[in-house]
Amino acid sequence: MIKITINGQEQTWDGDPELPLLWYLRDEAGLTGTKFGCGQALCGACTVLVDKDAVRSCITSVADVAGRKITTIEGLHPTGDHPVQKAWRQVNVPQCGFCQAGQIMQAAALLMDNPKPSHDQIREAMSGNICRCGCYQRIENAVHLASTGV
Amino acid sequence: MNFIDNPGKLRGFQRSIRVEKVSRRSVLKGLGISGGFVLAAPLMSRKAFAYETGAGKMPHGVVVDPRVFVAIAPDGVVTILAHRSEMGTGVRTSLPLIVAEEMEADWSKVRVQQAHGDEAKFGNQDTDGSRSTRHYLMPMRQIGASARVMLEQAAAKRWGVPATEVKAVNHEVVHDATSRKLGFGALAADAAKEQVPSIDSLKLKDPKNFRYLTKGQISIVDLHDITTGKARYGADVRLPGMKYAVIARPPVTGGKLVSFDSAEALKISGVEKVMEVRGWPWPSKFQPLGGVAVIARNTGAAIKGRDALKIVWDDGPNGQYESVAFRKELEDASRKPGLVVRQDGDADAALKSAEKVIVGEYYIPHLAHVSMEPPAAVADVKGDKAEIWAPVQSPGGTREDTAKTLDIPEENVTVNVTLLGGGFGRKSKCDFALEAALLSKELGAPVKVQWTREDDVHHGFLHTVSAERIEAGLDKNGKVIAWRHRSVAPSIASTFAAGTVHQAPFELGMGFVDMPFEIANVTCENPEAAAHTRIGWFRSVSNIPHAFAVQSMVGELAHATGRDQKEMLLALIGSPRIVQLSSVKDLWNYGEPYDSYPIDTARLRKVVEVVAEKGEWARQLPKGHGLGIAVHRSFVSYIATVVEVAVDEKGKLTVPRVDTAIDCGTYVNPERIQSQIEGAAIMGLSLAKYGEITFKNGKVQQNNFDDFPVVRIDEAPLVTNVHIVPPGPETPPSGVGEPGVPPFAPALINAIFAATGKRIRSLPIGKQLET
Repeated sequence: MIKITINGQEQTWDGDPELPLLWYLRDEAGLTGTKFGCGQALCGACTVLVDKDAVRSCITSVADVAGRKITTIEGLHPTGDHPVQKAWRQVNVPQCGFCQAGQIMQAAALLMDNPKPSHDQIREAMSGNICRCGCYQRIENAVHLASTGV
Repeated sequence: MNFIDNPGKLRGFQRSIRVEKVSRRSVLKGLGISGGFVLAAPLMSRKAFAYETGAGKMPHGVVVDPRVFVAIAPDGVVTILAHRSEMGTGVRTSLPLIVAEEMEADWSKVRVQQAHGDEAKFGNQDTDGSRSTRHYLMPMRQIGASARVMLEQAAAKRWGVPATEVKAVNHEVVHDATSRKLGFGALAADAAKEQVPSIDSLKLKDPKNFRYLTKGQISIVDLHDITTGKARYGADVRLPGMKYAVIARPPVTGGKLVSFDSAEALKISGVEKVMEVRGWPWPSKFQPLGGVAVIARNTGAAIKGRDALKIVWDDGPNGQYESVAFRKELEDASRKPGLVVRQDGDADAALKSAEKVIVGEYYIPHLAHVSMEPPAAVADVKGDKAEIWAPVQSPGGTREDTAKTLDIPEENVTVNVTLLGGGFGRKSKCDFALEAALLSKELGAPVKVQWTREDDVHHGFLHTVSAERIEAGLDKNGKVIAWRHRSVAPSIASTFAAGTVHQAPFELGMGFVDMPFEIANVTCENPEAAAHTRIGWFRSVSNIPHAFAVQSMVGELAHATGRDQKEMLLALIGSPRIVQLSSVKDLWNYGEPYDSYPIDTARLRKVVEVVAEKGEWARQLPKGHGLGIAVHRSFVSYIATVVEVAVDEKGKLTVPRVDTAIDCGTYVNPERIQSQIEGAAIMGLSLAKYGEITFKNGKVQQNNFDDFPVVRIDEAPLVTNVHIVPPGPETPPSGVGEPGVPPFAPALINAIFAATGKRIRSLPIGKQLET
């Protein structure tokens, strides 16, 4: 029996401890905001926060996060008004939107770690997150906006 | 329009319009073959259109009826149906926005609801070919105007005044003479009883009174849901009792299952069942490839179970497909005469008499779509009824194919369209939804089929692979007097018909036979090429290789004659004129009538001039930097791109700046045009730098984003500027989603040549610049 806290709620899992956290979140806990894009930590679509770190949930097992606090896009802010979320809307970042939960979680982790990143630091920190639609220019601008006050 | 008291239960929308004659969709739908299935909604009137489009010739044509698309609740909330699929272009916002504009609805009181797949009711729903705005700007305006007239008539009756004295203004109908006002909500019930006006009687708004259209900065309706994780894509659908499935498919297209051993898979925690999935013989159209499905309580268990399967396959007829050898085959074919598909003058003789002949041989490999959302679908089949939830570009086609696959009547199939996590043409093919339907039928439970990224890369409908060869003959003054272009590539038609060896008219017409240069002697030839994998539409389709070859050759000619690239380009385009392609049989003009959408070289010149000016073409650059330019007409839009590159001593390529000018005729939401063009630059850069799927022993050699990389943020252009060329009066709308991609790669390659003197003729660039 593994205990984890997701978006402030304690949950237990008694299935396969090796199950990737991604599939626990999506299929068992019904939190589908976290997306599957590659399964190999190559695209960042599945990014969640484990405590304060951005983590690829597709290669992180449930056992790996036992006792830890997980935040998904659904739990980032109670009304969806985290500065990163607000900046994303102000800059009209998304096209298809599928990668954006992962992008937003990555950006939120970056700003916790470095509240005023330079453009180069933004590009470096966000380079693990792929957007096939190509919203990169706006992602960069939105992270910058979030860091300077929305 | 409908009067409704519970917007939450809107989905049914009463069937208020019948298409008179609906015949079966041809399997060659989209291949330029239109049959007798056209039209016709009784309310549609062609003369009322200011211009003619090919919309009426699409399967099931166009439906113009406010009762189908608009509903108003007593609280005034207006619900507008989006009948096209949202994959990132913004269409789910822009089409309803057009209706709201014309009906004078306040956009903040409008809700958008996604239509299910029902083309008899909604008209054609194939969201592809950059067609949605092009085909629906006018019908959506007419729908909005009809709704407005019905509201005005209802108010006039209520007040006992002539309808000519009232007008709708921002969600109210007003009678100025008596200062009376009634909100849309208060009028909805009466308005729904009004006659739908004839299209001929409608007076559309003067564009100068537009509140939303052409104004820009309208955010997409799903923006909040996307940023909070609430947006629902295909893979996000969950039903009570739903099973999770992944499928092991034949590793070679056209291969078959021989046997499998599921003993180890069944030991995996969470795995419930292992079963065969029916496959269809090659060429399999959009039908499933077949294989072995692992059914589990979650996707992770299903994937782990699949890893434990032992399967024996028969590789079938494509087991020898090998990319290195195939490239040689294509290139050999490009050096010999082939089927002549355009002939103006005598290019052979002119090439012989030319002072100088420049030859360019170009190669563009297979590409995979890799939309961020891999294919996924949910199906719930009960008896002879099926319900599908899927991210499909073709809700109508998915409904038809599900009915055929399950052998049940089409009216028993409901296709719910989720958001698409990217489409790019991949999700025009509904094979993944059909897999879910087959499994659900056998299991008697709802099933979600999830493709992994590896599945997506291995079993897609790939962009073709092309060898392009151009010979250009120059006279002693450096004028191009002869042009012979051979294009060799397996056709998308091969996915539907065995033995296909020539490109279909719709592929030839994508930047090959429609080459617009003013050259006296032109020959286009299409030597044979057979397909050995599934070929499908990929954003911009055959424009990618054709534009790459043609626009690279422009750069080569500029160099050969010592001219500026832009001047060379304008010289080749020649005089402002309407290009006549009388020697081309079955000219594909993106399904549009040539009268409305001719090849207009004045517009082509204009985008070149605009991009050169706004993109500061003549600017001074630091050492190691270079500028390249390319222009291309596709999806009846005109696009020119200037790319600045920097290449360092080690050959590392960066893109400091991109400028693109687009003339897409009359447009709706410039904010989304800008985002599409920004994205097209990234996709163009991805395919130019990295894009290559190769085969060995019939199997795709790439697997995931590590060996099929796409551009990431740290290598994206630092700045992408988009310049929208204002349309002339009444210029018909044209494509936006796809046209941005084709000119990017040749502009990039021309820029690399300017920076380094190295001419790249084979994509991807890969390590070619490394020193």
